[in-house]
Amino acid sequence: MTTRGPSSFALAQRHLLGIEGLSASDITGLLDLAEEFVDLNRQVQKKRTTLSGRTQINLFFEASTRTQSSFELAGKRLGADVMNMSIASSSIRKGETLLDTALTLNAMHPDMIVVRHAASGAVELLSQKVECSVINAGDGAHEHPTQALLDALTIRRNKNRIEGLTVAICGDIAHSRVARSNIILLNTMGARVRVVAPSTLLPSGIERMGVEVHRDMREGLRDADIVMMLRLQRERMAGSLIPSSREYFHYWGLDPAKLKFAKADALVMHPGPMNRGVEIESSVADGAQSLIREQVEMGVAVRMAVLEALARNLPNA
Amino acid sequence: MIARNENRPLLLANARVIDPSRDLDQRGDVLIADGVIREAGKNIRASGAPEGTEIVDVGGQVIAPGLIDMRAFIGEPGAEHRETLATASHAAAAGGVTTIICQPETDPPIDDPATVDFVLRRARDNAVVHIHPMAALTKGLEGIEMTEIGLLKAAGAVAFTEGAKSVMNANVFRRALTYARDFDALIVHHTEEQNLTGSGVMNAGEFASRLGLSGVPKAAETIMLERDIRLVELTGGRYHAASLTCQDSLDVLRRAKERGLKVTASASINHLALNENDIGSYRTFLKLRPPLRAEADRAALASAVAEGLVDVIMSDHDPQDVEVKRLPFAEAAFGAIGLETMLPVGLRLVHDGSIKLSELIRAMSTRPAELLELPGGTLRPGSPADIVVFDPDVPWVLDRDTLKSRCTNTAFDEAKLTGRATRTIVAGRTVYEYV
Repeated sequence: MTTRGPSSFALAQRHLLGIEGLSASDITGLLDLAEEFVDLNRQVQKKRTTLSGRTQINLFFEASTRTQSSFELAGKRLGADVMNMSIASSSIRKGETLLDTALTLNAMHPDMIVVRHAASGAVELLSQKVECSVINAGDGAHEHPTQALLDALTIRRNKNRIEGLTVAICGDIAHSRVARSNIILLNTMGARVRVVAPSTLLPSGIERMGVEVHRDMREGLRDADIVMMLRLQRERMAGSLIPSSREYFHYWGLDPAKLKFAKADALVMHPGPMNRGVEIESSVADGAQSLIREQVEMGVAVRMAVLEALARNLPNA
Repeated sequence: MIARNENRPLLLANARVIDPSRDLDQRGDVLIADGVIREAGKNIRASGAPEGTEIVDVGGQVIAPGLIDMRAFIGEPGAEHRETLATASHAAAAGGVTTIICQPETDPPIDDPATVDFVLRRARDNAVVHIHPMAALTKGLEGIEMTEIGLLKAAGAVAFTEGAKSVMNANVFRRALTYARDFDALIVHHTEEQNLTGSGVMNAGEFASRLGLSGVPKAAETIMLERDIRLVELTGGRYHAASLTCQDSLDVLRRAKERGLKVTASASINHLALNENDIGSYRTFLKLRPPLRAEADRAALASAVAEGLVDVIMSDHDPQDVEVKRLPFAEAAFGAIGLETMLPVGLRLVHDGSIKLSELIRAMSTRPAELLELPGGTLRPGSPADIVVFDPDVPWVLDRDTLKSRCTNTAFDEAKLTGRATRTIVAGRTVYEYV
């Protein structure tokens, strides 16, 4: 990458609710900005003050370790005051509706709310009732935009491009917000996207979402540049959508034999947390082609970029 | 077992050779060597058989591909007192059946690749005909969680079924159809809305009312078939109705086939040959699931086989011992044996003019082979030498004590039959000869 001045990229929207609606130049702008934070995060002095005085609330209705801590670190490194609210201690448990929670939080004058919720569309609903920026940290099976952005950053740093690459997204597509955000982003950036899964884990109409559909891993991985594995939720493992984790691993788990069908320099990704021995074999997850740990590092940088790019648009900025 | 030199080529000469897979029905010979059919149909004797060939003149009898019985319940593992793979195979051989498809309703059920392997190994070691298992569609045949369809098919399961049970939960069935499609696996389903069946023990109607027995309406079958076909349409799965019995179901089947869905169906030999009146005074050997229907339904079923609407005739072989059959009708077990009688009873339909001989063979051999993707069902050169030789015209009376099955609950005891298998050959080896 050539040296250039610091990015002044700002998102021309108040919220980041999904990848849907972002242009290729928005995505490139965010990724370029994130590159700066990758460098910053590798230094001893990681602190910036661009969000100094800002309040960021992490509102997680669903348990999360890496996304929540990643957003927390991102906010703190940019100088914001970060507050974490998780379901266990929230009023939702006491019967408060999502909108009442939104109004309550709004009265505290936050500048940014990062929201994860189990229901698709819940984050957008909340965004309509608050005056600050809202960032979607995952809503149901709908979108998880910062995951798609960190995946894109990881791909771009390793392949120097996204356009023209063949990306195979494998596993539980039906229930995955990661898959949806990635499908939209990769299509926007000009990649060829395939999905590979048993039919029971494919949402209906998926073939009209800009992807090539494969049920067989070997076919689906053939000559792929990137193999993106998805997590299989435990409750889906025993008989309702697939018969057993044993059979799932046999036909759809990523092992060295199946990976051989992809290009020799193919790279393996997984949004975590992994079920080793179910969707991915340890030797692949920890192998030379794996980018899984780098994805986590990129997560913090991308979230810093999103916070900063939105903050540049906030009133009084 | 008949001792003979297995390595000599065998020429079965002077036959009527019927091979529905090639639309062939002509005078000719069949040459077998090394377990494989070399030639079938032509006059081979005239053109010269290989040196050392054993020549058998079958005297104008019929030679056809060995029968493939798509639905037989065998007690192994778990109920060997009713039937073992070995005893079933001898009954099959005596009936011209060279391949048995056994059902997963065993104890334990065939719902695990290791059990499929067990059945295949036991069959290889003890049976004189080919036996392939269907595996359970759901774990423990409980209708809740689907089985390992991929691994089971790889282990040798030829199709997936709940045996004589239906999956009542439509979503479970939908998902199984969806998942099975990825492996191009065939789902064979007994179509019975069990809530409608209730405690019914025979066809609902006047006859049941006169006998004071509770009835099973035809709608119990037709409603489940309708549901299944909607789900096939939704999922694109490959589906086979295990045992249809009535005109209403045939109408549903016809519409599904006309819409181009991957739907096929079987009828049991019992439902093609008998009706509810044959139950007479509470004959429990005629207590079947699904129940015998009215004569109009039986006749409709036979026409459906003739035109190919119903693809397969199966025996529905279900051995039950006297302890569960010698009971009041309502309390007796369901089921009748049929491996040994499927062909002669089927010939009844040929003799009464309802179906042609080639249509009978097609339904009992060629179509099952196609649906289950088995190598038999044909006399094409190069195919395995699984062959039945039968005399279609010899009259005889069935004595159930001479049957080879471990149980003798036949629906045709003392029946006057015309035609029987005289020689059954499996992989080139004669496993049955009637003398």
